[in-house]
Amino acid sequence: MVFLRAAAARLGQLAPAITSRAIGTSATNNLVAFHEPVSRPQQNIKCTLIPGDGVGPELAECVKAVFSAISVPVEFEEVFLSEIHHTISAPLETAMESVRKNGICLKGTLETPLSMSSGELQTWNMRIRKDLDLFANVVHIKSLQGIKSKHNNLDFFVIREQTEGEYSALEHESVKGVIECLKIVTERKSRRIAKFAFDYATKHDRKKVTAVHKANIMKLGDGLFLRCCQEISQLYPSIKFEHMIVDNTCMQLVSNPHQFDVIVTGNLYGNIVDNLASGLVGGAGVVPGASYSSDCVVYEPGSRHTFGGGAGKNVANPTAMLLCAAKMLHHMNLHYYAIQIRDAVEKVIKSGKVRTRDLGGYASTTDFLGAVIAHLPH
Amino acid sequence: MSLSKQILKPALLAKRAFAASQIIPNRTIVHRYNDNVYHVSGTRTDKSKYGGRYMVTALPGDGIGPELIGYVKEVFRYGGVPVDFEEVHLDSSRDDVDLLEQAITAVKRNGVAIKGNIETRHNDPNCKSRNVELRLRLGLFANIVHVTSQPGIETRHQDIDIVLIRQNTEGEYSSEEHTSIKGVVESLKVITKTRSDEIARYAFEWAKNNGRKKVTCVHKANIMKLSDGLFLSRCTEMAKEYPELEFDNIIIDNCSMQLVANPNQFDVLLLPNLYGNILTNLACGITGGPGIASGRNYGKDYAVFETGTRNTGKSIAGKNIANPIAMMNAGVDLLYHLGLTDHAQVIARAIDKTINVDKLHTPDLGGQATTTEVVQNIVKEVQKHA
Repeated sequence: MVFLRAAAARLGQLAPAITSRAIGTSATNNLVAFHEPVSRPQQNIKCTLIPGDGVGPELAECVKAVFSAISVPVEFEEVFLSEIHHTISAPLETAMESVRKNGICLKGTLETPLSMSSGELQTWNMRIRKDLDLFANVVHIKSLQGIKSKHNNLDFFVIREQTEGEYSALEHESVKGVIECLKIVTERKSRRIAKFAFDYATKHDRKKVTAVHKANIMKLGDGLFLRCCQEISQLYPSIKFEHMIVDNTCMQLVSNPHQFDVIVTGNLYGNIVDNLASGLVGGAGVVPGASYSSDCVVYEPGSRHTFGGGAGKNVANPTAMLLCAAKMLHHMNLHYYAIQIRDAVEKVIKSGKVRTRDLGGYASTTDFLGAVIAHLPH
Repeated sequence: MSLSKQILKPALLAKRAFAASQIIPNRTIVHRYNDNVYHVSGTRTDKSKYGGRYMVTALPGDGIGPELIGYVKEVFRYGGVPVDFEEVHLDSSRDDVDLLEQAITAVKRNGVAIKGNIETRHNDPNCKSRNVELRLRLGLFANIVHVTSQPGIETRHQDIDIVLIRQNTEGEYSSEEHTSIKGVVESLKVITKTRSDEIARYAFEWAKNNGRKKVTCVHKANIMKLSDGLFLSRCTEMAKEYPELEFDNIIIDNCSMQLVANPNQFDVLLLPNLYGNILTNLACGITGGPGIASGRNYGKDYAVFETGTRNTGKSIAGKNIANPIAMMNAGVDLLYHLGLTDHAQVIARAIDKTINVDKLHTPDLGGQATTTEVVQNIVKEVQKHA
């Protein structure tokens, strides 16, 4: 009897969820509704652009070309930042000040020297994240039609804590020949990332959150993370919560990735899972990502590779950066432009006529860009 | 250090912190109670804020609630407001407990909500009002309704500017009723020192921080000597800590008469629960009816915004004649609360122009305009800032 009532209650809940989802999608497909100007009390929308190293500057140019092709009302505040070209780089503080002011940033990846020269253990990428408190990194793993891969129709998010854990930059040699690297897990940050993941799932109508950990070995550190996730999940009765050990997750990701909806995990695991999952749908060139703090958001490619070898050769795939830009426009309420850009990129990839090298073709970056611009409505 | 000094110290600190937020109208941030400083929803608003975008719970409720909240969303979209809504459809048609739990957890995790009213069936004794349940569970002890005369709306009295601060969680709303002997029903009205102190502190702090001059405590202590007497004595006691504010008290029946005869004498009214309920409706009535003023509910951690009179308007639902202004004003309150002052001002100005300059009035104000016409006009004004 009780069982029946619970089932009936659940059915009752389902109805509004379905209708609200239907309304959501119809609104996003309805271009006409979005084609009206949206008020901007701060006049034009400014956005910081950090092209980054490697192919970053070329990709940033692609975004600018696409934006100007459909006159997107966004003004870029470009800051050239590079850790490997000290002499021509702007100071890190300038960049961070700009992001703080604008609240939104589009960023390529910064190359990090492997060896340490200055005694500074933190890389610039890490410092940006720490100083701006960009605690949550979201990578959207979504299959694009036209890219051949083992699994199709993938659509899930990987959410990663990226201000603590193994990236603490605390390493020392306690006894000669023995190095200790500290992995820090705190309750505050674990709860924060868990809440972020559930909020993100709620916002995007997702039904399941999977916490990825290694609490069977690191019983205290990862145990804390897992416990925080479990506690927060109590506040979200309509979202299912599961947890999985990181090694198993990696195996499941390559064998049966459809079981995942939203993955939430710590820093290093997140880094690895991000890249693995990106590999499932076409690699570093096609997966967008974003890092959130409370006040700022930085859009950057999902797996952060500079592709230094491809710099200047006109071979990089601009898809990831363009999809980042589209996501950024959604965030700015400029849905109309966002949908146009996303649609154009998807069409080009689906047609399969213009493929960059990473997707098995011979087209150059500019060919791809030209095709995208040709697919934009004029 | 004497106790009074200890109490005063956080007040001074708080005052300094407020200097910057003075421009934000009608917003109290700090609430002190038992020597602890509580932040009334001000600090917890960043609970679901990521990358500068907020998540807010929407509880559309019954009657005209869903359509009005829909219009608020539409105006927000045109205003480029960085707010996303998480909707929980809590209405009277289904009375499962899960849904209420879901609504409460949704408000808890987002910290902020906008709400239409949920109809309560009168005849079923087991069916508790879910509006009350929500307020109790979220600890929303203060309800603020700010009524001001609109120059574009014809009313008997002009230049009314009254703030009604109402205790929202005890008194007659205790839900304690029983039949002791057949044919005799007792309904318990509960007044506690703690809750009276809490609301009095809130009201005085609010009045001080918003540049108000006078606080009037409304009661019926001549009849209910102990219960209303306690409320009055707590307020009187508290008033001594705020020598800069004039303090007065008035009996509820007289207050009702004074409100319709000479409302300009009042500044801030401090009210227990049921009197507050009646007087907020009365005050809305003398400034243009249920369609204008918004109401704000604050607790220690959460804030819920709704229309001032909390009516469902079931009879006019779906007829495109409901006045959208009250809910729109609740939306503006929400934006001020989140600190999105620019966006709030754009929409507030658009509302002001629509009712006072363009004079687009729905039938409840004696006009001919439909709901959508009013909303379209607001959207048009908002778009001018594009």
